[in-house]
Amino acid sequence: MSMGLLRLLRGNKATAPVARERLQILLAHERGMRGQPDLLGVLREEILAVVSKHVTLDPTKVIVRLERGDEVSTLEVDIEVPNDFERKRAAVA
Amino acid sequence: MAKVLVVTSGKGGVGKTTTTAALGAALAQRGDKVVVVDFDVGLRNLDLVMGAERRVVFDLINVVQGVAKLPQALIKDKRLENLWLLPASQTRDKDALTEEGVGKVIADLRSRFDWVICDSPAGIERGASMAMRFADEAVIVTNPEVSSVRDSDRIIGMLDSKTMRAEKGERVEKHILITRYDPARAARGEMLTIDDILEILATPLLGIIPESQDVLRASNVGTPVTLSNADGAPARAYIDAARRLCGETIAMQVPAERKGFMDRLLRRRAA
Repeated sequence: MSMGLLRLLRGNKATAPVARERLQILLAHERGMRGQPDLLGVLREEILAVVSKHVTLDPTKVIVRLERGDEVSTLEVDIEVPNDFERKRAAVA
Repeated sequence: MAKVLVVTSGKGGVGKTTTTAALGAALAQRGDKVVVVDFDVGLRNLDLVMGAERRVVFDLINVVQGVAKLPQALIKDKRLENLWLLPASQTRDKDALTEEGVGKVIADLRSRFDWVICDSPAGIERGASMAMRFADEAVIVTNPEVSSVRDSDRIIGMLDSKTMRAEKGERVEKHILITRYDPARAARGEMLTIDDILEILATPLLGIIPESQDVLRASNVGTPVTLSNADGAPARAYIDAARRLCGETIAMQVPAERKGFMDRLLRRRAA
């Protein structure tokens, strides 16, 4: 009780619970990432391989991005396709 | 049966070297034969904390590379009969620590000592991974502070995956040692509590070392804190931790605030 009173007198709040909560959220995320160190790199390679079967691509124009949100995360895949891609496809067919 | 113990943390400045020296001295005082090995190539400091900085001739890298024989590089402590130091190189590159070379040195040390205590450098690079590579047990030095706890968690992940034992499907026995614990700040809710840290890291506690001027005084004069002021709170906490490492069951002493109510009211800082 005296501790609470002291805190009241000094007007500051305990910050340790905030530290604890922030750590728990962060570490839950970081532990999940362990063992799959480069998820985005793997995704990028596999997406590139699949799309390249059908379209000739510049590998540097394939961008895979993961954005973390509070509720859901979004995986953004940005692939630049050359304009003559329809013609190439017609030629193959 | 020799034991290889790594003292590690991820984060720098939390007390790895102090802990290595203190535990090494405490174990040697019990009668065990102990060597403390500095893995911080390029930034060695264990020699300084042990008070042997002027006696370094050869170092760990010299032995790894075959330039010197192990007995030539080992420095015998002047105070304790059973305590030895293997210093790190101050000039070489950490890449000189090859896994094969380190493995041979550790195997040789195992045959000569009861305890091989490896003082890890900060970080998660080569020096740190070599320090833990051949460990049987690990002491993870953690301060009650968010960045230290996060780094400890990362190091625990490495101990569970990157060590020889982990690769063989065995476990490195892990212990948390909380250092720089300030009971007054913990009581005011300004510092992560012991329970918070243990719950987050899900690893058993080896000991709690209170924040104390004894530690700085000990390193100033180059004496392990367990020898410089053996009756002080940090020394007693380290001695208890060493006994727990040897398998003894000892009640955990949580450092408590010793100040009176008026002092607290006036917010005086501990001397």
